[in-house]
Amino acid sequence: MARVPSGYGDVVIACPVTVDYVRYTNRSAHWFLAQALRGVIHQAGIELTDIDGLCVSSFQLVPDTAVGLTQHLGVSPRWLDHIPMGGACGAVALRRAARAVQMGDAEIVACISGDTNHVDTFRNMLGSFSQYAQDAVYPYGSGGPNASFAFLTSYYMHNYGAKREDFGKLCVAQRTNALANPNALFKKPLTLDEYMNARVIAEPLYLFDCVMPCAGGEGFLVTTEAHARALNLPYAKILSTIERHNAFPEDPIQMRGGWAMDVDDLYAVAGARPDDVDFFCTYDDYPIINAMQIEDLGFCDKGEGPEFIRAHEFAWDGDFPMNPSGGQLSVGQAGAAGGYLGTVEAIRQLTNKPSGNQVPDASIGLVSGFGMINYDRGLCTAAALLSRGSEQP
Amino acid sequence: MTEPLTRPKRKNPILRTRQPILPPWTRSRVGLGLTAAAAIGRFELQQCDECGAVQYPPREMCSSCLSSELTWTEQSGAGELISETLLHHSHDLYFRERMPWRLGLVKLDEGPSVVAHLHGDIEAPPARVIVGARLDRAGRGALIATPGEEVPNMADDKQLREMTCDPKFRKVLITDGKSEFGQAMVREIAAAGASLIWVGHTEPWKQPAGFAELADIPEVELIPLDVTNARQIDELGGALGNRVDIFINTAQVHRTHGIADRQGTDIARLEMDVNYLGLLRLAQAFGPAMKARGADGQNSAVAWVNVLSAFALSNYPSHGTFSASQAAALSLSQCLRSEFKPFAVRVLNIFPGPVDDDWNQMIPPPKIAPERLARDIVGALKDGIEDLYPGDVAKEYYSLFRENPKILEKELADG
Repeated sequence: MARVPSGYGDVVIACPVTVDYVRYTNRSAHWFLAQALRGVIHQAGIELTDIDGLCVSSFQLVPDTAVGLTQHLGVSPRWLDHIPMGGACGAVALRRAARAVQMGDAEIVACISGDTNHVDTFRNMLGSFSQYAQDAVYPYGSGGPNASFAFLTSYYMHNYGAKREDFGKLCVAQRTNALANPNALFKKPLTLDEYMNARVIAEPLYLFDCVMPCAGGEGFLVTTEAHARALNLPYAKILSTIERHNAFPEDPIQMRGGWAMDVDDLYAVAGARPDDVDFFCTYDDYPIINAMQIEDLGFCDKGEGPEFIRAHEFAWDGDFPMNPSGGQLSVGQAGAAGGYLGTVEAIRQLTNKPSGNQVPDASIGLVSGFGMINYDRGLCTAAALLSRGSEQP
Repeated sequence: MTEPLTRPKRKNPILRTRQPILPPWTRSRVGLGLTAAAAIGRFELQQCDECGAVQYPPREMCSSCLSSELTWTEQSGAGELISETLLHHSHDLYFRERMPWRLGLVKLDEGPSVVAHLHGDIEAPPARVIVGARLDRAGRGALIATPGEEVPNMADDKQLREMTCDPKFRKVLITDGKSEFGQAMVREIAAAGASLIWVGHTEPWKQPAGFAELADIPEVELIPLDVTNARQIDELGGALGNRVDIFINTAQVHRTHGIADRQGTDIARLEMDVNYLGLLRLAQAFGPAMKARGADGQNSAVAWVNVLSAFALSNYPSHGTFSASQAAALSLSQCLRSEFKPFAVRVLNIFPGPVDDDWNQMIPPPKIAPERLARDIVGALKDGIEDLYPGDVAKEYYSLFRENPKILEKELADG
C-alpha cells in the first residue's frame, strides 16, 4: 500500500504572469522565459537575487537546459528543476517547487515556462519529438498530434456515443470565455454552426478541434505564506496534487489517463470532493481530452462524458466553469507554456485577477495537465487542487 | 471497393513533371530492424527471449522484463483495427501531395498496438486486418494494414501501390530476352499487365528456341542491346530512358572456371565486362532519366532490378571468376540503390542459386527453373521487396550467410 502523501502546509502560490501570446515571433524561447521571470519578480516586488529556486519548462530551449538558462537570466538558484513534461508541466512544477519550499531547500521559487514559434518551429519538432515518433508515427502521414488525437476521438465517439456537437459545445463555451481575455489569439465568437462546418483536418477532427501553436510564456511564484504576506502578495493555497507517467500501458488505446490511478488521493489529501470544485482548468489541446479529464477526475463515470457535456454549461458563468481564460483551444498553445496555462489561470481566479471573466464564488479550483504523446498516447498526467488563501491582502 | 487501375492516358507534355519527394526516412538504429525485415518481405517485431513479450515500436530493452535479449521474430500480422482517421492535412511534402491519407490503429493479436497505413477496402473499425511491413518510397520499412482476406483489385489501392512496384500498366525494359530465363522474364512481365516491354537481344546469329515467338506478344518491342557496347547503350538511354518505368537487367555471362583451371584473364574479363561494367554502363545511360521520373503519376519510374547470383554473397570456387563478377555487381548495385534513393526509384537485387540452365549442368539439383525465377521476380516487384533469395538453394545460402558467413564459405569451398 502506497503511503498517502502529506499536504503542503504553509506553501502558497502567487504572482500569475502571462507573457503576451503571438502566433509567430522572431524571439527565442529564452526571451519568453526571461519575460516570464521578469513579470514574476516585478509582481512580487523582489530582485533577481531574491530568487533561490527556479523551475523551467520549454521545448524550444534546446540545445540549452535550465542550467544554461540560469546564465542567460543571471540567477544563482540553490534549487533548480527542468520539467520536460509538456502539457503536465504546470501542475508538476507546482508540486515539485512546493515540496522544495516546504522542506526548506528553497524559499522563493520562480516557475516559468515559455516557447517560441517561428513559421517552421512546429513542423521541425514533430519528426524528432521522440524516438517512437520518429520511427513509428511521423512516417505515417506526418499528421502530428492531429492524427494521434483523431484516433482517440474516433474511438471515443464510436464506443461512448459522443457526437461532434458535444465536442463543439465545449469549444464554443471556451471561445465565449476567451473573448474577455485580451491575450487570447482568437478574438471572434465561435458558433456551433461554424464549428460544425469548419474544414476537416484529420477525420473526425475539424479545424476548431485542433489547438493552434503559437509563442508565449507563463510564470508564477511558489513561497511560504509568511513570505507572501510580508511581500503583500495575494496567493492561493495548494490542497493536493497528483502526478503519473505511462499509466495503463496494457490498454490497447488510451481511453483513460493516469488521473484514474490517483484521483482518490487527490481528493482525500485535499479533504474535498468533486462537488466542491468551483472551476476546472483542463489541459485542452483537443476536446476529447477534456472529456477524458471530466471522467477520470471524478465528475462522472467512464463513458458518461457525452451525457455530462449535454447536461452542463461550461462558460465562466455556467454551472461547470471550464477553462475560464478560454483554454488553449481559444488562447493558443505556446509550447510548454500550454502546460502552465491552466495553473496560472487558476491562481488568477483564486486571487481575483482573472485573464477575462471572474468565475463567481470561486474558492476551489482544479487544474489538470496531460502531456507528451510519445507514441500513441499521452504519457504524463498531473492535477492539483488549489484554494483561495484566507484573509488575503 | 478499390477501383481497378486504368491504362493511363498519354502524358500531357504541357504539364510539369512532378519532382520525386520521399516520405520521412529518418529512423533510429534499432528502428531500422523493421526495414531490414521488410526489405526481404518479412514482417518482424522484437520478441523477448526471456519472457516472450512482443513489442513495438522497437527499443533496446524488453518493456516487460528489461531483458536485452530481443530477437526480431516473424509475425502473422493478424489484428483488429480499433480506430482510424483520414488525414486531410500533413506537415510533410510527400504526404501533402497525396492527401487524403488513411491511417489506423491496429491491436495486433500478438500484443502491441501499431499505427499503420490503411488499405482503402478495410471496413470501419472494429475490423479484422492483416498488418504487413513494406518498404515505403524512401526504402524504409512501414506498416500497412490490408483486409483480412483478398478483395478485388487489392493491389491497385492508392496507398498500397505507393509501396510496391507492380508492373501493371508500366513500361518495362528487359536487357536480355534471349536466354531461357530472359524469355521467361518477358512472358511473366507480360502476364503481369505491363503496357510495353522492350526486349533486348544481341548476337543475331544465335536464334535459341522460343525467342522468335516472343515477338507474338503484343506488348513486346525487340531492341538490339549489347551491354558491352557503350555507344549503343548511351543511345538507347537517350531514346528510352525517360519512358522506362521498370528496368530489369538479365544480361549475364556465366562461365565455370576458377583460377588454376584456366590460364589468362579473357573469360574473367568478359564476365566483368558484362556482369559488372555492363551494369555500370546501363546505370549511367538510363539512371538519370529514370531518376527524373520517380514521381511521374500513377505509373512513375519505380524499380531497377539486377539479377545477380547467390554466389555474390560468397565465392563458389568452381564458378570462381563468375562469383567474383557477381560480388562486384552486388557492390555496384548497392551504390546504385543509394544514388536512386532520393528519387524514389527502388533497386532490387535478386540472388538465385544455380539456375537450371546449360552453364550449371554440373551442379546437382535442386536448381531453380528459369520460369520460377521469373515468377518470383514479378512477385518481388508486386510485394515491393528489395532483396530476393528465390528458390530453396538461395534461401539456404542466405540463412547460412546470416547465421555465419564463414560456415557458408567453408561449405561452398568443399563444393
